[in-house]
Amino acid sequence: MIRACFSALWSHWRRNPVQLFAYLAGLALATALWSGVQAINAEARASYGAAAATLGEGQHDQLVPRQGDRIPQERFIALRRAGWLVSPVTEGRLAGLRLIGIDPVTAPGGLAGLKADQLLTRGTGGAEQVFVNPQTAQEFGGGLAVTLDPDIAVGIGIADIGRVQNLLGHSDLSRLIVLPDQPLGRPDLSAIAPDLRLQAAQQSADIGQLTDSFHLNLTAFGLLSFAVGLFIVHSTIGLAFEQRRGMIRTLRSLGVPLRLLVTLIAVEMMAWAAIGASLGVVAGYLIAALLLPDVAATLRGLYGAEISGTLQIRPEWWLSGLLIALLGTAGALAGRIWQISRMPLLASVRPRAWVMASAARFRLPTLAAAVLLSGALVLALVGQGLFAGFTLLGCLLIGAALALPAVTSVVLSGFEGRARTPLWEWFWADTRQQLPGLSLALMALLLAVSANIGVSTMVSSFRLTFIGFLDQRLAPELFVQVETPEQSTALLGYLDTNAIEVLPLMSVQTRVTGRPTELYGVRVGPTYRENWAFLDARAQPWNAVEAGRAVVVNEQLARRAGLWVGDNIEIDTGVILPIAAVVGDYGNPSGQVVISQTLFQRLHPTQVPLRFGIRTQDASGLRAELSAQFGIAPNAMTDQAAIKALSMQVFERTFTVTAALNALTLMVAGFAILMSLLTLADLRVPQLAPVWALGLTRRWLGWLEVLRAVALAALVFLCAVPLGLALAWVLLSIINVEAFGWQLPMYLFPAEYLWLGIYALGAAVLAALWPALRLMRTPPSALLKVFANER
Amino acid sequence: MNVRLSHMVQLATFLLLFPMTLWAQGFSGLGAEVQGFATPQPDPQFSFPADHGAHPDYRIEWWYLTANLQGPDGTAYGLQWTLFRTALAPGEAAGWSSPQIWFAHAAVTTPDAHHATERFARGGIGQAGVQAAPFHAWIDEWSLKGADFDAMSLTASGPDFGYDMALTARGPLVFHGDGGYSVKSQQGQASYYYSQPYFDITGTLSLPDGVVAVTGSAWLDREWSSQPLGKMQTGWDWFSLSFDEGAKLMGFQLRQTDGGGYSASTWIAPDGTATALPAGAFAAEPLQTHSVAGRDVPVKWQVRLPARGVDVNVSALNRAAWMGLSIPYWEGPVRIEGSHTGVGYLEMTGYE
Repeated sequence: MIRACFSALWSHWRRNPVQLFAYLAGLALATALWSGVQAINAEARASYGAAAATLGEGQHDQLVPRQGDRIPQERFIALRRAGWLVSPVTEGRLAGLRLIGIDPVTAPGGLAGLKADQLLTRGTGGAEQVFVNPQTAQEFGGGLAVTLDPDIAVGIGIADIGRVQNLLGHSDLSRLIVLPDQPLGRPDLSAIAPDLRLQAAQQSADIGQLTDSFHLNLTAFGLLSFAVGLFIVHSTIGLAFEQRRGMIRTLRSLGVPLRLLVTLIAVEMMAWAAIGASLGVVAGYLIAALLLPDVAATLRGLYGAEISGTLQIRPEWWLSGLLIALLGTAGALAGRIWQISRMPLLASVRPRAWVMASAARFRLPTLAAAVLLSGALVLALVGQGLFAGFTLLGCLLIGAALALPAVTSVVLSGFEGRARTPLWEWFWADTRQQLPGLSLALMALLLAVSANIGVSTMVSSFRLTFIGFLDQRLAPELFVQVETPEQSTALLGYLDTNAIEVLPLMSVQTRVTGRPTELYGVRVGPTYRENWAFLDARAQPWNAVEAGRAVVVNEQLARRAGLWVGDNIEIDTGVILPIAAVVGDYGNPSGQVVISQTLFQRLHPTQVPLRFGIRTQDASGLRAELSAQFGIAPNAMTDQAAIKALSMQVFERTFTVTAALNALTLMVAGFAILMSLLTLADLRVPQLAPVWALGLTRRWLGWLEVLRAVALAALVFLCAVPLGLALAWVLLSIINVEAFGWQLPMYLFPAEYLWLGIYALGAAVLAALWPALRLMRTPPSALLKVFANER
Repeated sequence: MNVRLSHMVQLATFLLLFPMTLWAQGFSGLGAEVQGFATPQPDPQFSFPADHGAHPDYRIEWWYLTANLQGPDGTAYGLQWTLFRTALAPGEAAGWSSPQIWFAHAAVTTPDAHHATERFARGGIGQAGVQAAPFHAWIDEWSLKGADFDAMSLTASGPDFGYDMALTARGPLVFHGDGGYSVKSQQGQASYYYSQPYFDITGTLSLPDGVVAVTGSAWLDREWSSQPLGKMQTGWDWFSLSFDEGAKLMGFQLRQTDGGGYSASTWIAPDGTATALPAGAFAAEPLQTHSVAGRDVPVKWQVRLPARGVDVNVSALNRAAWMGLSIPYWEGPVRIEGSHTGVGYLEMTGYE
């Protein structure tokens, strides 16, 4: 009996291969983008971890030279013999490869991500080997004996310290890693190695925090296309069950127990789902592999984060992709199976196209939409925290999607009322009648288009803001770092007598309002007055700052401390000043307070400015001059123009990824429309036959189908614009603030939206063409049969 | 026959599991292969002070000091200072290419606390080493040094403890086995093994509760070899006992996978005359165990050496004297009661 039942179930797919394809493809699409994006994220996370472990900068304090970049090896021995538990690292570049030499015997566990025995192994040449990532080996293959190790960060070669010293041709060290758990009775650093400076461990979260927004962007796309894919699955399952009603009734009448039948259907559908999801995981791998080089380039340029360009198959993404797809399918199935099991044995099995059109069908979703949208409004007004932000996002998107059929129906009724000829009246009425069948596909299109608008608005706004921010912060053409207070005085004297505007940069790490904060002392001058754009400020903020009567704080600090312009802030014991302005400070995790140089020197009299920003028309000339006059090393002077240009380039790479993801989600939405139209096509023959019989040619009917798709897509697009902008606003003003502490101003890009609209319409036309062509070719006999078989 | 050598093999085995598996290659063939290393020969002719220094042609070597101490209020303490040398290849070379690896353990045991820490270093760069005359064994800021082997200073420190001690020898060196040639298996594997069990020791312990002035006696073991022990041996129990009447006893037993065992011992008369006793003469039976670091370790023993009328109970000063280091083992001071009284040190390895 089971075999017979399966054969009956299978016959449904044999008769409706397009439906089966839609089911599999929907699942595959849903899983593909989701697991692809997750694969990229997983790869990036692994790379950040590897890099942090390799460099040891994340977890450990380090000793670095006060001047130059070398530490004599005797200093290491002297420190160890005095009880300072440090481990030496020597670094250098060899033909573009960043070589890092470590001492595996003293290195803290986990450093460099490899096993100490390999570095020291003798006899097999292990001690002579340089360990690199396979990708690095391809890039720097020549001349060096390398051993491949995928755990090593990209672009880095690891070897025993002795080997690296030989390769680099010196016997010095670059830095010393300070191990945890130092012994008692250790002398001060200044007593043993006054030429070294203790550099505190950088927060390992830094790179993660910076890149989080980028990964958030990717994840949003992944999740979205997953939702769209599930819409396809949901509607396909709905249709399949609708069409199987007759078969189910027949099987049950023949004596198949309901429980068995339901189980068989569930098994069958889940088996198909597993196949679809597996195809999706494979496709996801391909997508990730294609996108990864661009993502890697973006992250490298944007944040200096190296991620591996080769993709590894990690269970965390493929398993999660499979599971989430199967769970989604199971959810969609459960509702349908519940319906079947409640279906009276001898219920009418006539196609329910007309039933589906009943207005009552919209009532529940519209009600849900109203609830969700009001929820979103409430959250936007009073919500707090990242979770509330994401909930708001979810409420907004799902609410808007659920409201779409009702809104579209109202608009279509409007058109219907204004139609002058019976043909157009029929056209609008028929369009409205199709809404239930198409609504899921339309929702998918709405989500895809609005997400495109939202995300591209966010990325473009970020880009504009960041460029402005770079202009503001990198205004000085030259940055100079000096070593001694004497050099500092001499340089300042020279620049002041030559009337060159100089911005001495002084800062100390402190705590303001209990939060870690960098306190800056600046010499207020034209550069600050002209270049710094504030998020909010009282009149003439710099005058008050210059007079030592006010401070400028960055947005992160202001938001976290709940302070704003005009509020008082205690910047040092007993020093309470009003906030004159709040300044945007992007990509910086900690707070910042800017005060005048005079006030700074009163609070921290021992601080001498060692860093300077210099305004000059002739950066390279001044550079040469400073080098000659004060003996400042060339690498202690940075030309900001170069840095700025590099930063700009990077954003263009970001767009490559965003554009690719945009295109992919649109494709998914287009596919959803195609599938819905195809599955509806057969059902609609009885509805089109009378129109044909009244004299409308098949060709006309076909073009009307295409026109209908365009009209619906245009409607959806019009709804998607405000939704996309709302989405962008939530991302910029709520999610960003909660996640990173800064709000990005929102800019609008109408031309971009217009192009997007054209793409959306194009996708709809393409999706409608095939069903329309099929309709044009439907033999008249098929249309006539409708009347012959009238039930 | 000798126990510390077995200790060393166990060390090497543990190190294979430890992230710093330095010995993966060097000890890959744990059989009789010695791969170019020198091996101990019978009838050793020691040459001092040179032999107090390092022997880089041998694979493994240590300077192993334990001490029983007493504070001004009579509180008993224990102290350990051990410097190990292990070679990836025979011989020495300058700089990072030296095949020698050094590591060290230090510990202080009080009746209710046990502090232990460890250090690691490469040879050839000056971070660790041993120089025979004037004697100086060091790793980082830890050192054991003196104008000669009879008067030395000792220092070590960890995150929560430290000590500074002075050592004065009150007796001769003691050579185990056959004049310092200590056979350790039927197959003839052996090590060079001698001790200085007669140190008077004074100094200060820095403990979390403050600084304590202490005095007592210390026992220094010197041993080097290239040959590991048999695979059947799973662990050992090693005793160095100083009786109040003046005699001393070094005894150990090796436990085997087949349930059997092997024991050996040296009886040291008050005048320093050492007698190696035949295998099996020394017997130790656990009387009581204690759960420490997730394993049951015997902390009270019945030790018998009928040939010398010894039948004593040996119990731990602090049952939790667990060395939770890269290579975990139990080592701590003990009290002796029964036919003889006194103090000593107990080391136990291989309790999994």
